[in-house]
Amino acid sequence: MRRTMAKASLYTALNLLFFALIGTALLAITYQLTHGPIARSEEKEKLKLVTQIVPAGSFDNDIIKDTAQLPADELLGNDDTTIVYRGRLKGQPSIAVLQVIAPDGYSGKIGLIIAIHSDGRIGGVRVISDKETPGLGDYIEIAKSKWITGFDGKSLDNPQDSDWKVRKDGGSFDYMAGATISPRAVVKAVHKALQYFALHRDELFKQSPLTKNGTGQSEGEKK
Amino acid sequence: MTIQEFKDILFNGVWKQNTGLVQLLGMCPILAVSSSVVNGVSLGLATAVVMALSGAAIAPIRNLVPNEARIPVFILIIAVLVTVVQFSMNAYMYGLYVVLGIFIPLIVTNCIVLARIEAFASKNPPLQSALDGFAMGLGLTAVLAVLGGIREILGHGTLLSGIDLVFGDAAKSMVITVVPNYHGFLLAILPPGAFITLGMLIAGKNWLNLRAEQKLHGSNATIVPVNGGCAPATH
Repeated sequence: MRRTMAKASLYTALNLLFFALIGTALLAITYQLTHGPIARSEEKEKLKLVTQIVPAGSFDNDIIKDTAQLPADELLGNDDTTIVYRGRLKGQPSIAVLQVIAPDGYSGKIGLIIAIHSDGRIGGVRVISDKETPGLGDYIEIAKSKWITGFDGKSLDNPQDSDWKVRKDGGSFDYMAGATISPRAVVKAVHKALQYFALHRDELFKQSPLTKNGTGQSEGEKK
Repeated sequence: MTIQEFKDILFNGVWKQNTGLVQLLGMCPILAVSSSVVNGVSLGLATAVVMALSGAAIAPIRNLVPNEARIPVFILIIAVLVTVVQFSMNAYMYGLYVVLGIFIPLIVTNCIVLARIEAFASKNPPLQSALDGFAMGLGLTAVLAVLGGIREILGHGTLLSGIDLVFGDAAKSMVITVVPNYHGFLLAILPPGAFITLGMLIAGKNWLNLRAEQKLHGSNATIVPVNGGCAPATH
């Protein structure tokens, strides 16, 4: 009796092991076949976002590969290192893409990427992750509304410091009635990013590029 | 497999035992992903593929697996297949992969998959099992499409938005604006809207069933109550 039970358990265990091995092998093969295309499509997606906010012609280097690591900073709103993409024109620093976080959205953090020309003008801003209310606060996303393009061409002195607010608070940025918190958070974060850029511009372009590409995405990008 | 058998399995999966409207299994993706047609149909088809593959994979080994080890083995196989689908979507439909996000890996825990394996694939030959899984998945896809369509029109005033995530930027022109300059209707987009719409769909299906019954048996036919819950049902 005892022997047959042991035998049955052994058979069950071996059976599980057998299927686990087959499963693992299948997964390994699939991974081998797809990890190339996956890396390529992620790269393409990133490039698509970056090229949306970096005007064509403002750089001639491989901007996606020219990266440096930035330590966490209060002005960037993050508590982890982030990657900055650096565009150069004829070897001269021309534009940088920062990843920042607006911590005070209506439903938590809003992840942004911001392109800033070397003279401090904004090339463009995009939301890369947010949990704002669908149909209400989500007009900060480019897919829903053009609101975010209102930052294009703005800089620290255009509008002046005290006007970096939504209109409701006496500033110069539009908002939609009923959803002020999301745009307020974005305006604040963009303003801070400009201040960060003004303080750190030179060192930001000087750092040597990372050898490993694409590591350490900002927290906002992880889902 | 005879033609009649084929028809029966298909009809059973798509209409009679519809996962979304009759078995009420897999509510989590139904409510979460059905905010637009494209999202709903994509997850529905991904589920259908997983169900067909798992039916085809499990039916041939149904007699090899000892009874007490069958649930872990089945789940293991389903998980492997879901991961294969997930990798493929990540590689070849990246935009959609990002939109569906966590709901692709969660197909593993969608009880409808295991329920059909238990109820059908563990007792039937591979071909029939694959068809059953696929038909069930198609039924789910149809519900998600209708639900997504209604919620999208009510919520955003559009149809097929996000189709460019599947077919590339060229497909952007396929988006239909049903109501121009629509201001949106928040309730339809949020989960309560999904519950309410699904309730209406179930009522609609029951009404159709009742009408068909009445035609057959005269006016005193009653409706058979629907079983809910997330336990592998025996049929």
